[in-house]
Amino acid sequence: MKRKPTHSFEKDISNCGLTGFIAKNGELVGGEVIMRSIALMHDRGNGLGGGFAAYGIYPDFKEFFAFHLMYESSLAQQLTEEYLDENFFVEQQEDIPTRRVAAIKNPPVFRRYFVKPLETDAYKEAVDFQNMTIEDLIVGHVMRINNEIEGAFVVSSGKNMGAFKGVGYPEEIAEFFRLDEYKGYTWTAHNRFPTNTPGWWGGAHPFTLLDWSIVHNGEISSYGINKRYLEMYGYLCTMLTDTEVVAYMLDLLIRKHGLTPELASLALASPFWESIDQMDKDDRELLTAIRQVYGSALLNGPFAILFASNEGLIGLNDRVKLRPLVCATKGEFVYMASEEAAIREICPAPEKIWSPRGGQPVVVKMNAGVI
Amino acid sequence: MQIDAKGLYYKDLNAQIRAAVAGGAQTIELDNVNGQYFIGDGINRPVTITVNGVPGNDLGAFMNGATLIVRDNGQDNIGNTMNAGKVVVHGHAGDVLGYGMRGGKLHILKDVGYRVGIHMKSYQDNMPVLIVGGNAGDFFGEYMAGGVLVLLGMFSDAVGNAKHGFSFGTGMHGGTIYVRGGVDESRLSREVGVFELNAADDMALRVHLENYCADFGLDVEELLKEQFVKVLPKSKRPYHNMYCQMPR
Repeated sequence: MKRKPTHSFEKDISNCGLTGFIAKNGELVGGEVIMRSIALMHDRGNGLGGGFAAYGIYPDFKEFFAFHLMYESSLAQQLTEEYLDENFFVEQQEDIPTRRVAAIKNPPVFRRYFVKPLETDAYKEAVDFQNMTIEDLIVGHVMRINNEIEGAFVVSSGKNMGAFKGVGYPEEIAEFFRLDEYKGYTWTAHNRFPTNTPGWWGGAHPFTLLDWSIVHNGEISSYGINKRYLEMYGYLCTMLTDTEVVAYMLDLLIRKHGLTPELASLALASPFWESIDQMDKDDRELLTAIRQVYGSALLNGPFAILFASNEGLIGLNDRVKLRPLVCATKGEFVYMASEEAAIREICPAPEKIWSPRGGQPVVVKMNAGVI
Repeated sequence: MQIDAKGLYYKDLNAQIRAAVAGGAQTIELDNVNGQYFIGDGINRPVTITVNGVPGNDLGAFMNGATLIVRDNGQDNIGNTMNAGKVVVHGHAGDVLGYGMRGGKLHILKDVGYRVGIHMKSYQDNMPVLIVGGNAGDFFGEYMAGGVLVLLGMFSDAVGNAKHGFSFGTGMHGGTIYVRGGVDESRLSREVGVFELNAADDMALRVHLENYCADFGLDVEELLKEQFVKVLPKSKRPYHNMYCQMPR
């Protein structure tokens, strides 16, 4: 009798994958490129989540906030559209074009709206008397829709950008949303292997707010502390997934508190006290202040994240680099991914390719005047 | 024997490699490799496999006697639990190299990532050797239990970076690390100390480096121009008092 081998050397590995790139000169690239990059890391996910963020895709509506909405019921759609009509001037609204894909089961309904806030009494009260900005108002509306309308979720809400995500492998999600028909200057993508939280449509990455978007590989074990801290500032976590806090935290630190992206990254992945002790006086004081003020913003646990906006792209690892991240440059392009091969698939001969150190952000900004 | 790996799924590629090995091939050349996982895993025969392109993670895991030559950069987890044989990488490589490696050689020309040589071990004649030509990230030699790690700091793409990161030798309790040109003692873990090489070290190191230089066409005298230091664990059981006092 021939014995079967007891062990396969080829285990099925899964551990989330992410990839992204930015064209600093604003050159537009079709969605099929990022799809090739993330599809190379197919086996890092398990089919329970894939998603993309794209910047520069709505040039004809770039003055409007592009709301991507996901609806689990027609009632949710009706209530949300009533809410939008009350609060916004809607320049255009339409179904987000999709393609029938065999692998995608029971997708929810996706609609998009290009909007500007109406100058209602509530708007005047907020802007004239409470010192709120239009962005603050948008954040408030996003939180209200996500929290108060059952079955309605804002997938993205920034200008000239959009997030496309769902349950499936990323290449299936790209096919479903017809991403080959979009062109953008910055793209990020995520292949999900859910560990602690459900694999549902809203739980796929990226997580967004305004034009911030986050894709993340890892676990944020400080989620409870981060979530409670954000609630004090009116951010409500509704997506059942740890990564959501990163998007809101960066909005709070960068947009509201005015930190630079570099400093915000140091709040999320602060150096250890032992390292701070060894710094010169200025840095020591700065980092001590950041850790004291933003102790509740510190992200604990392993992570690699890509964080994009219309301004640029940032890659960041946890302090002891428990998740992979590789960066590369070629001309005006900068690439960041979980695996070097995912970059080489779309940029075979980069000029420079390196792995950033844990806790040290790689910050790439669009060239001045491009946007 | 030549295999074109372009667009090939990793399982199909590895099935072809395994069939070639079973068929008695002495040399196998893989072209257009990009990201395929597990190349060379568990191969039990002294065959030479050349990889043109960037191989995926877990290259040479559980390998037992084969030689893998990578003509480009490598990724993470190379030589995971490798038993015998050799992996040569003509570029840089990623994190967690030589995880639990118990024999054979891993020669990397340029930089490596975090946790390189984690929990390498040796037993009698089985003595893994991992040599890094460039710089290394944090946790070099973490939990190292045996074998030899060599860090040269010579062939880096990131000139100006520190030769090694923080927490060097955390939890190390066996084996030897040789570092060309000395270490930054502020970055060493509490478990290790720095020593001068003795005559036996000099002899062993020269043999390891001659081997390394032969793979890359380098001059061993150039490598030996600078002084090396030796990093050893202070204790064979660094954590025996971590949770409770052990009875004497």
